[in-house]
Amino acid sequence: MDLFEYQGKQYFARFGIAVSPGGVADTVADAVAVAEDVGLPVVVKAQVKVGGRGKAGGVKLASNIDEVRQHAESILGLDIKGHVVRRLWIEHASDIAREYYASFTLDRANKVHLGMLSAQGGVEIEVVAEENPDAIAFLQIDPVVGLDVATARRWVAEADLDDVAREQAAELLVKLYVCYTEGDCDLAEINPLILTPDGRVHALDAKVTLDENASFRHPEWEEYRATETEDPREKMAKERGLNYIGLDGTVGIIANGAGLAMSTLDVVNQVGGSAANFLDIGGGANADVMASALEVINTDPKVSSILVNIFGGITRVDEVAQGVLEALERVDITSPIVLRLDGTNAVAGREILQPHLSESLITESTMLDAARRAVALASAASA
Amino acid sequence: MSIFVDEYTKVIVQGLTGGQGRFHGLRNRDYGTKVVAGVTPGKGGSDVDGIPVYDGVAEAVAATGATASFVVVPPRFAPTAILEAATGGITFIVCITEGIPAQDEALTYNRLVEEHPGVRLLGPNCPGIISPGKCNIGITSGDIALAGGPVGIVSRSGTLTYQALHELSQQGVGQTTCVGIGGDPVPGTNFIDCLSAFQDDPETLAVMMIGEIGGSEEERAAEWIKQHMTKPVVAYVAGVTAPPGRKMGHAGAIVSGSKGTARAKMDALADAGVHVCANPTEAGQKMVEIVKAL
Repeated sequence: MDLFEYQGKQYFARFGIAVSPGGVADTVADAVAVAEDVGLPVVVKAQVKVGGRGKAGGVKLASNIDEVRQHAESILGLDIKGHVVRRLWIEHASDIAREYYASFTLDRANKVHLGMLSAQGGVEIEVVAEENPDAIAFLQIDPVVGLDVATARRWVAEADLDDVAREQAAELLVKLYVCYTEGDCDLAEINPLILTPDGRVHALDAKVTLDENASFRHPEWEEYRATETEDPREKMAKERGLNYIGLDGTVGIIANGAGLAMSTLDVVNQVGGSAANFLDIGGGANADVMASALEVINTDPKVSSILVNIFGGITRVDEVAQGVLEALERVDITSPIVLRLDGTNAVAGREILQPHLSESLITESTMLDAARRAVALASAASA
Repeated sequence: MSIFVDEYTKVIVQGLTGGQGRFHGLRNRDYGTKVVAGVTPGKGGSDVDGIPVYDGVAEAVAATGATASFVVVPPRFAPTAILEAATGGITFIVCITEGIPAQDEALTYNRLVEEHPGVRLLGPNCPGIISPGKCNIGITSGDIALAGGPVGIVSRSGTLTYQALHELSQQGVGQTTCVGIGGDPVPGTNFIDCLSAFQDDPETLAVMMIGEIGGSEEERAAEWIKQHMTKPVVAYVAGVTAPPGRKMGHAGAIVSGSKGTARAKMDALADAGVHVCANPTEAGQKMVEIVKAL
């Protein structure tokens, strides 16, 4: 789960990482109130989960209240790469002497944590990595050992941060590492991490991605979930514990397992169709989960056929078949359903469906045939 | 021959008294796997359909001589269960648990490597391992596999592992061993571990490899194949149509920027001389062709 900048900063603050004083605002009046509270000058920042908001006019400096009003008005409702700004973060403007970069993430290839630190912050780190890779100091961290301040001190020296910033930066990096590990982040990134002319080091931005598998030990994440996605179908799917991603096509997809779901998208594409979504009902899905999946897809007006591709392992195909029948009873499924069922208890599953098969409930014996059928039905519906 | 397990492998099930543990543990036994004990703290002395249950792994190992464990416990308990298996004398651990936090996985993996260097972990979040006719540890439906070889299968995706088995078995092509390594960010066993074991296994004559978007394991495998693999490899990579920046179910399955795309992985594999196919069916057909020509 990606956090907005303001949520990331609030998360950082929990771990004692220095951030600028600020507050959120959903209206121009709120923006003015926050600005008066934190003290002028302020920076008015669009809260969107997409890069490049500065270039799009989503970040502006205001030195008086009139400018706060002007900027808040122009930024609220602004469309930044398809993301409409509904919330602002107003923070006290910092004087900047130097901009650094710091992040922690998982080094999947080496199965350890990876810290990245650079004295060249404020620009995209990918660009630095490309143009001047020596400007980034990489630090591999064994999760068993962790990061201590002595190592962090050597690291800031290696990255060639300014002398005056080093001790504060080292301490901040240790806190950021704790935020990343104990806070269960997939990514904790500060860009820029700044040094002010009066010698203070603090986070001017926050990019945090939380690992949702760790939700069970973070009840405080509940508030982030409310603002997570604007897509009503993705919200509905999430509430029902389904992995759903909306796409642009006409064939609704339900599969068990991420790999099979991805492969189903690929195959639909190869036989000339396009998927309306990715939906993985996960391992061990029961009848209720299957029924929920069909309900979610049924609310998508673009869908003109539904392809259910199940290969039972931990998921039992008879349960899936039962779920399809339950869904048909519970809601009026408007598109024809093509099913391909194999694996654990597949014979029993097919037997359950047998008496109910019709022009709008079809089984095919292979993944390719099922994809072809679903795509043909979708094109027939749109013709 | 098979890799990692064989017909003599004795297996304990950590979590045998739970719903999933019971269902799959008994299914594994029905398949012919030597499931010799269950472990559930606090339930020692009871049994599940005749399989004795012990309070701890060390006790179960001492009583049965088991060397493998099937870990089927909820995510918050799985890291402890894995480390208990290693401490208790198990050398091959299969963990099917889905949803373990990445931080816990990274920590557990490194503790295993540092404190128990002789132990192999398969998974987490994987379907397990099946050597048809000999041993099945995990959640794979045994009836879709066919004994006798000569194909080894290694897959990052659970359900696509079944699909791969099914495509081959239906054409009468058997498997030596099928290993599901799982799609999580820190897998205990990776492609190269399996490719290397298949390369060394005299009964495995060809290998089918199923990858997916995210990370760079397929690219690393391609590099390894180029340098070391003499047996033919057929590959399929799922997620050609996956949009960037969106996690496709697995924590690991994400295209970040230009990295981790299916296309890049397919290109790297093709460059290493691997037969890269567009979908699982095509991969199955290609493998049948290769086996027939052997």
